[in-house]
Amino acid sequence: MAGKSGREIIAEQPFSWKTFFFKWEWFLVLIFILINIMNANLSPYYASVSGLFTATNSFLEKAFIALPMAYILVLGDMDISVGSIACISAVSLALAYNAGIPMAACIVVCLLVGTLCGLINGLIMTKFTELAPMIVTLGTQILYRGIAEGILGDTSSGGLTAVKWFSNLYWGKIGVVPIMFIVFIICACAFGFVLHKTVFGRWLYAIGSNKTAAEYAGIEVQKIRLIVFVLTGLFSAVTGVFLAARMGSTKSDIATSYEMEAISMAVLGGFSTNGGKGNFIGVVLAIFIVGFLRYGLGLINVPAQAMLVIIGLLLIITVMAPNIKNQIQYSMKKKNK
Amino acid sequence: MNKKFDLKKLTSSREMSLVIVLIVLCVFIQLRNSTFLQFGTIEAMLKNYAVMMIMALGMMCVLLTGGIDIAIGSTLAFSGMFSALIMRDHPGVPVIGGFLISMVVGMVLGAVIGVVISKGKVPPIVATLGFMNIYRGCTYLIADSRWVAAYQVPEGFKAFAQSYYLTGGLLNNMITVIIICYVIFFIALKWTTAGRRVYAVGSNAEAAEVSGINVDSVKIGVYSLMGLLSGLGGALWVSLYASAQGDMATGLEMDVIAACVVGGVSLNGGRGTVPGVFLGGLIMAIIGKALPLIGVSQFWQSAIKGLIILFAVILNVVTQRTMDKNALKRREM
Amino acid sequence: MKKRLLSALLCVAMVASLVVGCGGSKEEAAAPAEEATEEAAPAEEATEEAAPANDGVYAFISKAAGNPYNEKEAEGFQTAMDELGLNYVIKHPETATADAQITMINELVAQNVSSIAIAANDADALQPALEAAMAAGIKICSVDSSTNAASRAVHVNQAGTAIIGQTLMDAVLDLAGGEGQWAILSATSTATNQNSWIAAMKEVMEGDAYASLELVEVAYGDDEYQKSVDQTQALLSNYPELKVICAPTTVGIMAAAKAIQDAGSSVKLTGLGLPSEMADYIGTDDAHSCPYMYLWNPIDLGKLAAYVSVALVDGTITGAAGDTFTCALGDYEVVEAADGGTEIIAGPPFAFTPENIEEWKTVY
Repeated sequence: MAGKSGREIIAEQPFSWKTFFFKWEWFLVLIFILINIMNANLSPYYASVSGLFTATNSFLEKAFIALPMAYILVLGDMDISVGSIACISAVSLALAYNAGIPMAACIVVCLLVGTLCGLINGLIMTKFTELAPMIVTLGTQILYRGIAEGILGDTSSGGLTAVKWFSNLYWGKIGVVPIMFIVFIICACAFGFVLHKTVFGRWLYAIGSNKTAAEYAGIEVQKIRLIVFVLTGLFSAVTGVFLAARMGSTKSDIATSYEMEAISMAVLGGFSTNGGKGNFIGVVLAIFIVGFLRYGLGLINVPAQAMLVIIGLLLIITVMAPNIKNQIQYSMKKKNK
Repeated sequence: MNKKFDLKKLTSSREMSLVIVLIVLCVFIQLRNSTFLQFGTIEAMLKNYAVMMIMALGMMCVLLTGGIDIAIGSTLAFSGMFSALIMRDHPGVPVIGGFLISMVVGMVLGAVIGVVISKGKVPPIVATLGFMNIYRGCTYLIADSRWVAAYQVPEGFKAFAQSYYLTGGLLNNMITVIIICYVIFFIALKWTTAGRRVYAVGSNAEAAEVSGINVDSVKIGVYSLMGLLSGLGGALWVSLYASAQGDMATGLEMDVIAACVVGGVSLNGGRGTVPGVFLGGLIMAIIGKALPLIGVSQFWQSAIKGLIILFAVILNVVTQRTMDKNALKRREM
Repeated sequence: MKKRLLSALLCVAMVASLVVGCGGSKEEAAAPAEEATEEAAPAEEATEEAAPANDGVYAFISKAAGNPYNEKEAEGFQTAMDELGLNYVIKHPETATADAQITMINELVAQNVSSIAIAANDADALQPALEAAMAAGIKICSVDSSTNAASRAVHVNQAGTAIIGQTLMDAVLDLAGGEGQWAILSATSTATNQNSWIAAMKEVMEGDAYASLELVEVAYGDDEYQKSVDQTQALLSNYPELKVICAPTTVGIMAAAKAIQDAGSSVKLTGLGLPSEMADYIGTDDAHSCPYMYLWNPIDLGKLAAYVSVALVDGTITGAAGDTFTCALGDYEVVEAADGGTEIIAGPPFAFTPENIEEWKTVY
């Protein structure tokens, strides 16, 4: 045994270049480049700097949910109430505005509502640890949207376009760069930094790989889970803010199925739903891959039905590819022996 | 002595707490609307929620192995649409033929999911998320974004959901199908090797593997079974609503999962019973059916539904905890 | 070595699947465009995709994919454009949300189309996106379900809201036999056109002739089949005295028809429905729940939207009240709409009765 492992250690040196290049992230970069080449060939409207930046506007507001969703997946948890949280916080923003509260305070209200929703999720899950996160958030998903529906009834709450600077959060640009893009990059860097460069990030991985071991190592597992769920609530509300700015008016059916898109992005980015795995740069790449793919296909007017199939295939094939590769390698190794 | 012991065991079991929830719900609704506990209302309720209750059985098996399937709404739509299209173009297809087509198609779709999950090692939620999109898209594509209208569905097929011939006039066919499915699953999961294997894989996949169970084939089996039931659901759906739409059963997966979980099935695998799922399905059906009946403002209905689901699952945990505590106490004594 | 080879192979497979996947759908998308360019081909450069400089692309965005009513509207738009020999783009969002439509509007702006006709999923939420489109010089008209007045040049209305309200109320009055309880089964509680029709009906009901009618409830089936059936059954059991249900939505009326017939109830149904979907339920005897119902021709509505788009782009009309134009469907005038904007009314709703349903069920 020792001899064998020793051999492998020696073998590791020359292999390191390969492992570096065969990392998941490079695979994503490759796909990203291919999608861009494909899009540029398919549509003459695609390849322009301002066009591409505008394109980011069509998906980045959802991407704010994908950031904390990556944390949730690292923990091995799940949150499918994020779309509803975005909805209820956007609705509360509009309601507050129409009640005569200044817009800046409305945004605070919106973020607070989101945080509160995340807190409720987190509290239920940390008090009743037996409950699977999927089912708790399924319940709150129905509940949060239900509350928005109950308050708004058959009306919508709007008039937000009257505040120019608020609309500009989504529609505004500095030069050719949309404001939302800048905010997103800042948030993504912060999230990436925390996950990979801080103790907190290492705790997340530790919990995701082995909860019991993490507990014995003195990590306050439940407290950290609570923090992550609150964070998810908060960033769902950020999505809510941009969504409200985008539409200028809110209803109880906005942001439906955002949870699935956020999960797809995080998973595509290399985060396993089993926890403990993933590199943050992957998520950011995945967000742009899915976004640009959709935008490109939209530009050549692919029917929505076919789009569903393509996105679904992309998700499954990219997740399955490395597994199959490993399996083939494994069986080959076996044979060689 | 024996009887007393049974009673105590019964009152502290998880199913019992569900029965209590069910009774409280029924009494409350009955007080608000006296038409609720009538044969006609209950029959209509079971008819409308038959699809959900039947699919909850398949979902239970999937959950027992520690998996999840959120593609079932799309599987249902695809297989139902497929069979409806065939019946539209060949009106001579017998009723049983329509059902078989739908079930076989559903089973194939389910098997594909199972293979991707077990052989491709894709986490179940990711795989079924992908297939949810793919199958839904394909449903639109095969139907060319059209519906199969009521007049295009054969008479015999439409009549199935409205007639009583399976039990010779006693019960509606839809209800008969529910009963048959639940009896089969109850027996299969309790007394057959296949059933025990499903539990074994869910409780501890590695231990199951070591003890000679082919985990992969069990997994493919449960997803195929789920697909088969989705196919059955698709045929029932087309029969009940006398038409097939591309967007049918969107979001059904969440109702089905909720029914299972309310019925005490654990999402971590290995725990759950057929009677529990039956009660869970019944509670979900009552919530859906009764909220419009008791004059709750329509806009607040989904909020209440969410609350009830949360309440039921938390109650489950609390009962489980007391049960464990009692068991521990007994052991100590 | 093997590792590298395998990864490379997998990447190739991945790319191939992507290309195949996209290639297939590209063909589909390109096919109608090619048809469209056929007549105009000599005049333009026959590139596979329209060149950026090529203006004159007319876009249509429906409410959602997979609904036959929307498909028929799109079909009408397509037919008219084919007849005129113009380039066009038809888009169906995945879901019936404003969100999905905004993304499509942005895509169309990037494609530099000359006009967008849109069946709005939300009156207000599209405003920022449509204003941005108008700022880019694109002509906007809403069709079927309107956007608010600020975000369109003109609305193509299938039939005057007041006329629909009046027609439906008269049907309810007739079916109820002059008095009694009735209920409305609507689509989603946020649907603009549904709400304006319901409001119009309530307004008509103020009249003396309708004084003995009692509207007991407005139920929402969310345009989901199962929910609509549940809501109908709840109406039937909650109001034993109920005489008429009016469902001004194609999904709702179908679900209600089925639920009423299955329950063997004597409640009568009317509303707005697609003849093909409703053919089985229309009849005057007790075995059928719906004696008659109304709808306009969605194909003609789509056509009119096409003609209006063309007229807006070539400057025949600006969308101001009083503008007139002539197209293959006849002469139309732009009039003031109730929401402060302007609209073009396609015509009165058409009644479907047991006599004519057989003929229409194969048309749409």
